[in-house]
Amino acid sequence: MSITPTNLRIVSTLKKHSMASLIEKGLRIDGRKLNEYREITIIPNYIAKAEGSAYVKVGGTVVIAGLKVGVGTPFPDTPNDGVITVNAEFVPFASPTFEPGPPDENAIELARVIDRSIRELRVVDLSKLAIIPGEKVYILWLDIYVFDHDGNLLDASMLAAMTTLLTAKIPKAVVKEEKNVELNKEEKIPLPINNKVVTVTVGKVNNKLIIDPTVDEEQILECKLAVSISEDGRIAGMQKMGTGVFTEDEVLKAVKLAKEVSKTLFAKINEALSKVQ
Amino acid sequence: MKPEGLKLINEEGLRVDGRKPDELRPVVMEVGVLKNADGSAYVQQGNTKVIAAVYGPREIHPKHLTLPDRAILRTRYHMVPYSTDERKSPAPTRREIELSKVIREALESVIFVELYPRTTIDVFIEVIQADAGTRTAGIMAASLALADAGIPMRDLVAAVAVGKVDGQLVLDINQLEDEYGEADMPIAMMPSLGKIVLLQLNGVLTEEEFKQALQLAKKGIMKLYEYEQQALRKKYVEIKPEEV
Repeated sequence: MSITPTNLRIVSTLKKHSMASLIEKGLRIDGRKLNEYREITIIPNYIAKAEGSAYVKVGGTVVIAGLKVGVGTPFPDTPNDGVITVNAEFVPFASPTFEPGPPDENAIELARVIDRSIRELRVVDLSKLAIIPGEKVYILWLDIYVFDHDGNLLDASMLAAMTTLLTAKIPKAVVKEEKNVELNKEEKIPLPINNKVVTVTVGKVNNKLIIDPTVDEEQILECKLAVSISEDGRIAGMQKMGTGVFTEDEVLKAVKLAKEVSKTLFAKINEALSKVQ
Repeated sequence: MKPEGLKLINEEGLRVDGRKPDELRPVVMEVGVLKNADGSAYVQQGNTKVIAAVYGPREIHPKHLTLPDRAILRTRYHMVPYSTDERKSPAPTRREIELSKVIREALESVIFVELYPRTTIDVFIEVIQADAGTRTAGIMAASLALADAGIPMRDLVAAVAVGKVDGQLVLDINQLEDEYGEADMPIAMMPSLGKIVLLQLNGVLTEEEFKQALQLAKKGIMKLYEYEQQALRKKYVEIKPEEV
């Protein structure tokens, strides 16, 4: 059951007013433009034990994603494809409003939006991840952990997820007797990748659209539209979040804005990759 | 994987169930279908069947969950085990948790929650037969149930899913089109206000296709809005003077 949250972060009315009136004038409380991102740091291969990983910092938001790999049976409807599972957790120390326990609706929504964009765009070429077609395939677990919440968790998480997949090296599978499969950790192969995707969340305040809101700015957003964009500029997923409403015009503008901003994010990912290779 | 030879659009440009690309499935809507609930409604779209019910505004325990300046909303979207091809476990899935959230957020923008401080409005949606478009049928049933319960709203909510199958945009997709199509875009609006309250896209579209999909959805939504109004009128027209 989904319940209206009552434990929201408290932002003073004065601050809310000044944030809103600044946005009305095309300014932000931290000096940014409406269509300007905060500083982004991406560190690939942050966790040596994981087959792939990335540390991402966007302003004060910190997310670490990691990929672990195993062998399992494929889904009956896709017997020749590997399996990828996306999971997200907001750890309790990341925000005063987060509680311990299983992922809540926000974490589940975030993981599912990322999962859908990755799946629909065939970012990972799952057809190359069968070991014994119909019987044994690679299973990929992509786990996204939020360690500090300063707003815009979805965009940061997608950056971490995408960088993780792009830099992952998975152990080569060796088929032994009686179709037993072993993973040879000495010999690693890059994960087969078809495409790249980023998510740009566009927030609405009084008919103005902003990107990359801080945690305080999120308190004055009426609603948000998360738009996933592929590197070739197609829309690879959308999710409206929050209790406000959009007009048709605003949605079209948000998509255009997201497409524009996505170039910056792809540049950041590619810059991080160039340092690895 | 799409079965070999399956064509979702045939040579005449018709879909697997014989519909034109911009045609809705047959719709049945009925208001006040349950005895106990404060408001209820049944919505059927093709083979998708959904019941929604509303309780409230009512008191909530524990009281710390209330808000001093408005009602809270509690929403559950749930699929019953026999609604799908394979039995669905009755426990809430990640999908149901996500859909409950997006439906709650959609309804919160529609209801005048500020009229009922310190109370809860409970909206329950049960999908009894699933054939794609269950969240959109569910949100329409919920909005009819809210109207039936007499809860003040800015407008009714009408919703439909636009899909892309065999490269073509189609209105109100069915299960086959959802499974083997390239995109599924559920959208819910307050039709007479022209406001979008729910929007999701699962799949890949170009910007131009998205614009067209939005237009196609609006067309369907305006029709569904008429059906909703008819369903509401029907209930109140049918009350005979001696029953009052």
